[in-house]
Amino acid sequence: MNLHELKLQEKANIVNIQCSENIKRRLLDLGLIKGTKIVPVLISPSGDPKAFEVRGTLIAIREEDTKQIEIEI
Amino acid sequence: MDGVYTVALAGNPNVGKSTIFNSLTGMHQHTGNWPGKTVANATGKATIKHKDFLFVDIPGTYSIMSNSEEEEIARDYICFGNPDATIVVVDSTCLERNLNLLFQIMEISSNIILCVNLLDEADKKKIRINLKKLSELLGIPVVGTTAKKKKTLENLKQVIYKVCTGEIVPKPKKVIYDEFIEKSILNVQENIEKINLLNKDENNYQKDFLRWVSIKLLDGETKIIQSIKSHTSLEINHPQIKKVIEQEWHKLEEHKIYQENFKDKIVSNILYHAENICSQVCSFENENYTSRDRKIDKILTSKKWGIPIMILFLAVIFWLTIVGSNYPSNMLFEFFGWIQERLLQLATLIHLPEWLSNMLIFGIYQTLTWVISVMLPPMAIFFPLFTFLEDLGYLPRIAFNMDKFFKKACCTGKQMITMCMGFGCNACGVTGCRIIDSPRERLIAILTNNFVPCNGRFPFLISVATIFIAGAYGGFSSFLATLTVIGVIVFGILLALLISKILSKTILKGMPSSFVLELPPYRKPQIGKILVRSIFDRTLFVLARAIKVAAPAGLVIWLLANIGINGDSLLTITANFFDPFAKLMGLDGYILTAFIIGIPANEIVLPIILMCYLKANVLIDMENTFAIGEILKQNGWTILTAINVMIFTVLHFPCATTLLSINKETGSIKWTIVSFLIPTACGIVICMLTNFLWQFII
Repeated sequence: MNLHELKLQEKANIVNIQCSENIKRRLLDLGLIKGTKIVPVLISPSGDPKAFEVRGTLIAIREEDTKQIEIEI
Repeated sequence: MDGVYTVALAGNPNVGKSTIFNSLTGMHQHTGNWPGKTVANATGKATIKHKDFLFVDIPGTYSIMSNSEEEEIARDYICFGNPDATIVVVDSTCLERNLNLLFQIMEISSNIILCVNLLDEADKKKIRINLKKLSELLGIPVVGTTAKKKKTLENLKQVIYKVCTGEIVPKPKKVIYDEFIEKSILNVQENIEKINLLNKDENNYQKDFLRWVSIKLLDGETKIIQSIKSHTSLEINHPQIKKVIEQEWHKLEEHKIYQENFKDKIVSNILYHAENICSQVCSFENENYTSRDRKIDKILTSKKWGIPIMILFLAVIFWLTIVGSNYPSNMLFEFFGWIQERLLQLATLIHLPEWLSNMLIFGIYQTLTWVISVMLPPMAIFFPLFTFLEDLGYLPRIAFNMDKFFKKACCTGKQMITMCMGFGCNACGVTGCRIIDSPRERLIAILTNNFVPCNGRFPFLISVATIFIAGAYGGFSSFLATLTVIGVIVFGILLALLISKILSKTILKGMPSSFVLELPPYRKPQIGKILVRSIFDRTLFVLARAIKVAAPAGLVIWLLANIGINGDSLLTITANFFDPFAKLMGLDGYILTAFIIGIPANEIVLPIILMCYLKANVLIDMENTFAIGEILKQNGWTILTAINVMIFTVLHFPCATTLLSINKETGSIKWTIVSFLIPTACGIVICMLTNFLWQFII
């Protein structure tokens, strides 16, 4: 299952990040790695991007990138 | 410097680092502080116990491993700036994520102080942190701070003093990586020591630093390695080191560690370590500590209300700015007018030739003070209000709400923030583009910022709409006028998006756009800080640039209006020259000339137009919209002229201050010229189209 399929308020763990190097690096800096807990909490008015709670912070990520993040519930 | 201790301040964005910096240095200096980040290193002095300290505020970053410009500045300073101590400021409400940067810095240097900031917020969210235990686990001094409590900052100063003077010697406990990685690091490190003949007597480089260099060499990160080469005398290109690295990689690959996942492993280790430490020192008494923020976010980013609320916020700000600046503007006019009288008297007194006194007073002085009177009050109102939204934490939400539209134009939602600033002042909007990480997207944002009309163009748009749109239709007149102005603005924004898209598909092709953005917690802004920052860093900054251009421009305008050939002023001659071309655009020669010589500030375009029509030789100030309307109509303005003037007001070359800023930000004459040409070409083409269509239909 990938991150874009996760519903609001559903908790999951990151299994694998397959984004392009650039984005992967940014996500890594913000603390997103294998095993990190992640919860979608906000959707932008136009449906994309969404914001996720990660390590007590709120991070906005575009759908095209969340499609590349594998998760497990 | 002798006897001065240098202390660096590092930290994630939005952790209140600048507040700490200002409290330490007593707000004695202000360097351009744009939304979200300090781009260059700011420095400030302070004295603690009779010793001098130099504080260096380095850009806020999440990491010092990446490749963005700010991170490079931050990294290079921490690695090679040799500060006597480095303070890492962290947000106590999300300690875990913040520790990532701390551990990365601990890898490079030892004299580190951890400043756990925003303790009051943690308190509100019922997060408790055992600072003493944290200090034991990290091996470095830890100080808890709350910006409002002076005592906590006093405490921080004492610790800084003790670390710099060697009373406290931090012994950071580093992150230990996988067994095999550690072995490889050690091997590389030993070889560097051997090659560089670093025996105990001449050990200039601390072991810690060599360990870090070894990790970077294994990682093979070219940019960092380049920096190491240029900042140190270490021989790291030696064939033997290269050979060792190759050998180590063979060993690592046997244990399924590859170049591709090396960095992941390193960062994962750091983050697991951070998790581990936090679980030992933090306690969350209330699991839903973010609920208040989430409730606000639910409204501010909701499908139904998100965008309307954003528009409402901006509308209120503009309304307050336009209405609120009327009175102070008039006061300034009167004040400068009074001085002008005195200057004229003085000129007569000292028998200054009339032409000279006219040129100096009616030319330079009047234009200069005119620009100050019309620019200062709106900016002094707009910027504090905007900074208020910024400190509240609302701006990233604007980017979040609007990202999709910008994504379609191959840019980032952050561009919307810079456009919002552009409504206040395009020069500031251009400088604000620093918040965009990707150089390509930043350039696009800079080039299209002028498509949003600034404070200087708003009143003109409103006057023209009121006279020609509202005047023509009675009844809901003011409603229609408002609608027209909004329509023109929306048109400008849509065109900015279109141009952005065209630019990204043509001359600015490149990396696909990205958008990973932290939405920081909402914070109660500190009014004092807002005023200081918005007035000093923004208002005066822009005003200074405007003054630089206004003085010479005033001279030019005066000369044009007063030097004549055969009874016609140069102004009239110029206008006549442009007239045929301007007619094609549905304007007239005077209007076009006014736009051209009004380049120092958009505010003086209308005064120049009036000056031309009335054949006066000084700028004309007119309060009465009705009277202005009469003059314009007598000089052949129709509703078509009004529409074209409004279009051209939104779509023409940036003002001189903005051009200066674009040149500063891009460091390139070429891009400054491009930024001049794009909106001008759009304006000319669209005005001509409107004109032809109008003639065709009617």
